[in-house]
Amino acid sequence: MPVKDYIRERFFPHIWCAGCGHGTVLNGLIRAVEKLGISKNDIVMVSGIGCSSRVSGYLDFHTLHTLHGRALAFAAGVKLGRPDLNVIVPMGDGDALAIGGNHFIHAARRNIDVTALIMNNRIYGMTGGQYSPLSGRGILATTAPFSNIDQSFDVVELATAAGATFVARATTYHVQETIEIIQEAILHKGFSVVEIMSQCPTYFGRKNRQGDAVAMLKRMREIVLPIGAKAKHGDPEIIERGIFVRKDRPEYCAEYDDIIRRAMKRK
Amino acid sequence: MKGTVRFVQGNEACVEGALYAGLKFFAGYPITPSTEIAEHLSLRLPEIGGKFIQMEDEIASMCAIIGASLTGCKVMTATSGPGFSLMQEALGYAIMTEIPCVIVNVQRGGPSTGIPTHVSQGDVNQARWGTHGDHSIVALTASNHQDVFAMTVEAFNISETYRTPVVLLLDEVVGHMRERLVIPEAGEIPIVERLKTSVREGVDYHPYLPREDGRLPMSDFGGVHRDNVTGLYHDMWGFPSDDPSVVHGLIRHLIDKIENQTNYLTRYKEVGVEDADCLLISYGSSARSARHVVENRRRRGERYGLLELQTLWPFPHELVRSKCANARYIIVVEMNTGQVCQTVRLAVDRPERVFLANRIDGEFITPTDIQGMLHLIQGKGL
Ligand SMILES: Cc1ncc(C[n+]2csc(CCOP(=O)(O)OP(=O)(O)O)c2C)c(N)n1
Ligand code: SF4
Repeated sequence: MPVKDYIRERFFPHIWCAGCGHGTVLNGLIRAVEKLGISKNDIVMVSGIGCSSRVSGYLDFHTLHTLHGRALAFAAGVKLGRPDLNVIVPMGDGDALAIGGNHFIHAARRNIDVTALIMNNRIYGMTGGQYSPLSGRGILATTAPFSNIDQSFDVVELATAAGATFVARATTYHVQETIEIIQEAILHKGFSVVEIMSQCPTYFGRKNRQGDAVAMLKRMREIVLPIGAKAKHGDPEIIERGIFVRKDRPEYCAEYDDIIRRAMKRK
Repeated sequence: MKGTVRFVQGNEACVEGALYAGLKFFAGYPITPSTEIAEHLSLRLPEIGGKFIQMEDEIASMCAIIGASLTGCKVMTATSGPGFSLMQEALGYAIMTEIPCVIVNVQRGGPSTGIPTHVSQGDVNQARWGTHGDHSIVALTASNHQDVFAMTVEAFNISETYRTPVVLLLDEVVGHMRERLVIPEAGEIPIVERLKTSVREGVDYHPYLPREDGRLPMSDFGGVHRDNVTGLYHDMWGFPSDDPSVVHGLIRHLIDKIENQTNYLTRYKEVGVEDADCLLISYGSSARSARHVVENRRRRGERYGLLELQTLWPFPHELVRSKCANARYIIVVEMNTGQVCQTVRLAVDRPERVFLANRIDGEFITPTDIQGMLHLIQGKGL
């Protein structure tokens, strides 16, 4: 199916700035779904609030644009209501891990079959450049004029510790790899997390003198390397990408079906 | 009424009513005095192929029921004050997106953690105005178990008919007290099922374009129409819009669909209202004591009446005004500082006739309490 068949043209032009990484994620997501050949009727996309969360409206799936931070809670209801549907949840870093952090760890712990995509631009784009729990120490933001003293989460470690059964990191520079990882994440039975490092040239880039989108993407190419690179180079600046966790653990909806079987027998 | 007779808590009567109405999905978080609703449903729902989930908090619970409702099932959550506070943002979302759902608030004393195991009716105005922005809401209450059952069924029926969240305001006394309940046989009380669109695949479907009768047929997630649901102001396709005419049209629709239906949404009971010189207005467990007083006085030949409100929002202004027309004293009996009393004053002619008889110390308001206050109000001393 051509890309335009996945898009709701009525929604365009989109709200994103020129050079924003979120458009690349949108594209990657479409390619992944197209390659998997999933019918559009079988996908529910649930998102929260933020520049990233607008992904849902642009796509011709069943779409639920909800509240800041709460997408995964809504998604739990959708998935339990219709376990046969593919539920995909694109979120911003603030959306997923500040206001939505509690829902995130609990969705991971339950291992409910939902695909969480965290579009990490390390800043609050929609509200104009405040620091997020993924900005990290030393970063400048409109609410960190002297530089940020908040430590950041490592999404991969957090998701793994919370119990996610598929955990990966990708970037908007490594597009091909991102598409493949999203495909794997959708196919995985259980809670899957893909952190996609994305650029916000408008706020993060400008505030932190990282240049335009092209410069930010180049930087990603230099410091985000395949798993194992950190040990090899011993450079603390290096961030690893690839699939970190892929394991089998009972999935929540399947477990609940078993509860239903037991309850019906008892009755 | 034929049916199964049980001796249950009010919270169980609510569970029975919900199951009778077709509940299929419940998400909640434990909180006194509502917890028994969750406990019973965790057992009962899977027995009928339904689902129960204990979420990480009340915010998540409210969000989860909205998500599940969109897949086509009837949904409910239950909580008390602190949890109801947490649900407010998502309650507004359900109002804005017109998603059928039922929220039970078994009231306890607030603000804050307040007095968890004691009774109060302090959340009446929160139910009305707890979420931000202009809006309307339906809130029902009940004073005994048969009514809890009936009002729970009503809550689902109204929620489906008007595509709106409905708040069921119970209280600690009704929730925990044990009483006889007759569960009617299937079919005895009519059930409103989800209205699904008949628009076929490939034909443009407008999820937010009301039919001539005002109803909005839905298309479930997973069906052939892929619509967008958003808390932003949206057009008839559900697409975001800041066009002033769309914004104005939607907010008017959300308010008018409830307020213009006040007569259809009003449920109440009455005793001796026609000739009442002294009219008591009450609701929830307070109405039990008010009824006791009224029945006693009438037995002695005194002209007392009771108007028990079962619909609190939209407030039945017309009904209250006409029922109060000939009364010399109007006494609102409630367990708060006068939340319904204030509204009654707005509704009636000569509001100086309206007095409050209340208790706000966590103790149940008894017939003796009410008698004492009546003496004071009528100038007879204590
Ligand atoms: C309850 C609530 N608090 C705050 C906001 C304001 N708000 C909207 S988006 C956002 C943060 C967006 O940042 P992020 O989630 O990282 O996504 P991005 O815009 O960067 O893609 C905030 C704070 C809101 N909409 N709701
Ligand atoms: S503000 Fe940043 S995140 Fe938002 S659209 Fe612009 S570049 Fe993208």
